[in-house]
Amino acid sequence: MDVLLLSRLQFAFTIMFHYLFPPLTIGISMVLVHLGFMRLIRPDDRIYEQAAKFWTKIFGLNFALGVVTGIVMEFEFGTNWAAYSRYVGDVFGSALAAEGIFAFFLESGFLAVLLFGWERVGVKTHFFATVMVAIGGIFSSIWIVIANSWQQTPTGFEIREYEIHGQTFTRAEITDFWGMVFNPSTVDRLIHVWLGAFILGAFFVMSISAWYLLKNRHVEFAKRSFTGALILATVSSLLQLTSGHSQATMVAEHQPAKLAAMEGLYETQSRAPLSLFGWPDSEERRTKFAVEVPGMLSVLLHGDPEAEVRGLNDLEADYGMPPVWLTFQAYHLMIGIGMLFVATTVLATYYRMRGTLYEKRWLLWYFVFAVFPAFVANEAGWVTAEVGRQPWVVYPTVVDGTLQGGLRTSDGLSEVVTAEHVLGSIIMFGLIYALLFVLWIMILNSKIQHGPEPIAETPPDSGSHVLEAASARVDHAGSLTEAKEPPEPSEGKGAS
Amino acid sequence: MDLNLLWFILLGVLLAGYAILDGFDLGVGILHLTAKGDTERRVMINSIGPIWDGNEVWLVTFGGAMFAAFPEAYATVFSGFYIAFMMVLFALIFRAVSIEFRGKSHSQRWRRVFDFSFFASSLLATLLFGVAIGAAMAGVPLDERALYAGGFFDILSVYTLMVGVLAVALFTMHGAIYLLLKTEGDLRERLYRHAWTGFGFFLVTYLMVTILTLVTIPRATANFEEYPWAWIVVFANILLIANIPRSLFLHKPSQAFASSCGAIAAFVFLLGIALFPNIVTSSIAPDERSLTIYNAASSQQTLWNMAIVAAIGSPLVLSYTAIVYWTFRGTVRLDPHSY
Repeated sequence: MDVLLLSRLQFAFTIMFHYLFPPLTIGISMVLVHLGFMRLIRPDDRIYEQAAKFWTKIFGLNFALGVVTGIVMEFEFGTNWAAYSRYVGDVFGSALAAEGIFAFFLESGFLAVLLFGWERVGVKTHFFATVMVAIGGIFSSIWIVIANSWQQTPTGFEIREYEIHGQTFTRAEITDFWGMVFNPSTVDRLIHVWLGAFILGAFFVMSISAWYLLKNRHVEFAKRSFTGALILATVSSLLQLTSGHSQATMVAEHQPAKLAAMEGLYETQSRAPLSLFGWPDSEERRTKFAVEVPGMLSVLLHGDPEAEVRGLNDLEADYGMPPVWLTFQAYHLMIGIGMLFVATTVLATYYRMRGTLYEKRWLLWYFVFAVFPAFVANEAGWVTAEVGRQPWVVYPTVVDGTLQGGLRTSDGLSEVVTAEHVLGSIIMFGLIYALLFVLWIMILNSKIQHGPEPIAETPPDSGSHVLEAASARVDHAGSLTEAKEPPEPSEGKGAS
Repeated sequence: MDLNLLWFILLGVLLAGYAILDGFDLGVGILHLTAKGDTERRVMINSIGPIWDGNEVWLVTFGGAMFAAFPEAYATVFSGFYIAFMMVLFALIFRAVSIEFRGKSHSQRWRRVFDFSFFASSLLATLLFGVAIGAAMAGVPLDERALYAGGFFDILSVYTLMVGVLAVALFTMHGAIYLLLKTEGDLRERLYRHAWTGFGFFLVTYLMVTILTLVTIPRATANFEEYPWAWIVVFANILLIANIPRSLFLHKPSQAFASSCGAIAAFVFLLGIALFPNIVTSSIAPDERSLTIYNAASSQQTLWNMAIVAAIGSPLVLSYTAIVYWTFRGTVRLDPHSY
């Protein structure tokens, strides 16, 4: 068995599972900030508190899964990709360490207040904690996208020799920290990732809200949640059009082979077509069944239909051949879903403004299920970015016509790890993640079935009644929980 | 002091922070099977509920800082101990899952499964961390390029396993003392007994590991000749450890807790003194093949950049930590948002 293939499979599998959660939590955190803010400025409208509590519970579940699957990623750089870690540690490591110090501590600290602080801190402090958790998620994405973007379009470094026990090796060393941070692709990719996260979070909230509306449950709660999320989804989907375009232009400039793979373009040509569908065939080196708009790719990338776009046949000698079929299909899937989202969110916004949205049952049913393509689009974006850059883990830069500084994926493997090790850990992750997935769905389902807690009868706490009201609510809720508790083990033993 | 030494010390601070903070919540995980009934168990779990996640961030940041400051050591250790690290991941995932999912159903079987998994994963993680510390002390086989040249079982020895058991004893005691601060009534009385048992267990393993270290790892004490002031930490450690039974006897759990925190910090310091200037010591040829804080380090530029990051970040981190611990001060109160 091939340790390279297995390690790549393991990385792809563990990161794609991980990547279900961070965009989702970043997106939902925006909804939480909105709800927390509304709760602050309209304290008499208890529905915002109800909604904030419900979505916070869902957020907490997703966040926990993001954290545990994220620790795996940090370990895997060292366990499976030790040679890569040696090569990039000087650059990549500092971004990762900055993520720990600036993002994780902030997130995890205020997450505690967000999840468990309802009865302990005031509304303002709670809102502050909500904002801090959202900022923590954003910071985290900034550092991790910087780290990844540097590998796609490296700048601010030099290849230098270093010595261990008299032997010399080479690695990438930072020469310009801000040059590394603001490498050519960071800002474009960051905005693209954020918008993807906002869209996913908003579709997630809309999915559950639409279902309540269709079932005629928690209607007022669901309408408010849906409307807020719809605004976020519509704005983000429209902005994503611009961001996607800017992203493609940037890829064309810095990673030409990836762009050619995304478009299934084998021949270098002027009047390069934009493909809508197709089936790239790496044997015959052409894209079969292609439906294309002639000249459109040249126009989009260079603003000129006669502009030349280099194809894979030309680029292969320098950059190697990425897996074209997978890159192409993932890219087109992402674009297709993006277009669908633009159309449907605009339509729903139009109906919402006319006040007829909640009568369109077919559209609500669409939104119940549209969360799945939202997940798919985020994953497909990841696949496009990561598969399209193969066979490089650190993309080479062209200096005076020669490639410099790249690291091939096959050269990044751990020297001492065997295929058996990796296979064993893939099986372990497969089993654990399958279990996590099932538990996630089960708990999500039970939370959705249960719905938001009913709004308590007591008016919002004020003045001298604060303590009494709070303690009354705690006692009341506490007794409810205890009543539902299972019998003590002594009774259960007989049955088992 | 040069930047390499600064980062060696900062890694020590992160490791000590992790051991002190996650140490007590791992201890709570090991102890929580002794709880009687669901309410007691929930009190124990919720004593760490709002903070365990933040405590684990110390480990993540330790990993990130090691990657950035000493990438050679990070790469050698993580790839060399592949199976051990996969087991650590396995334990950490199950621990998080158990805490997070246990309260999500009222089914008794569901809760029992996660109770056991919380206990077992806490125990396994603690044992493995101890074994890793033991392996760092004893040294591991490194080849001439400073790559790990052994198998999984090469890090298991009587010594490393003893250190693993010591870690279990230490964290169990530490967790019991922490719980004394967070509980009341009948449960608290029983926790006093657990704290005493934990202390006894710790004292025995501590003496055994100390003797084994002195006899089998002469390198561990070599640095004391060069840096005699380090003896102060040794004596402070002994005093702190001695203060634990004293404050337990006087029913002063916060003093006992401060002492066990201090003792853990002293242990990490002594580990650093024993290793210095190595990060990963080669058991084959300690002088020629070890990874030191100089040959395993990143460039000076990176160490400097990260020192700035740490200088800006540390006060922030300490303030969030203080806010959270302050918000959830006092004994555990179960409310609808508890686990």
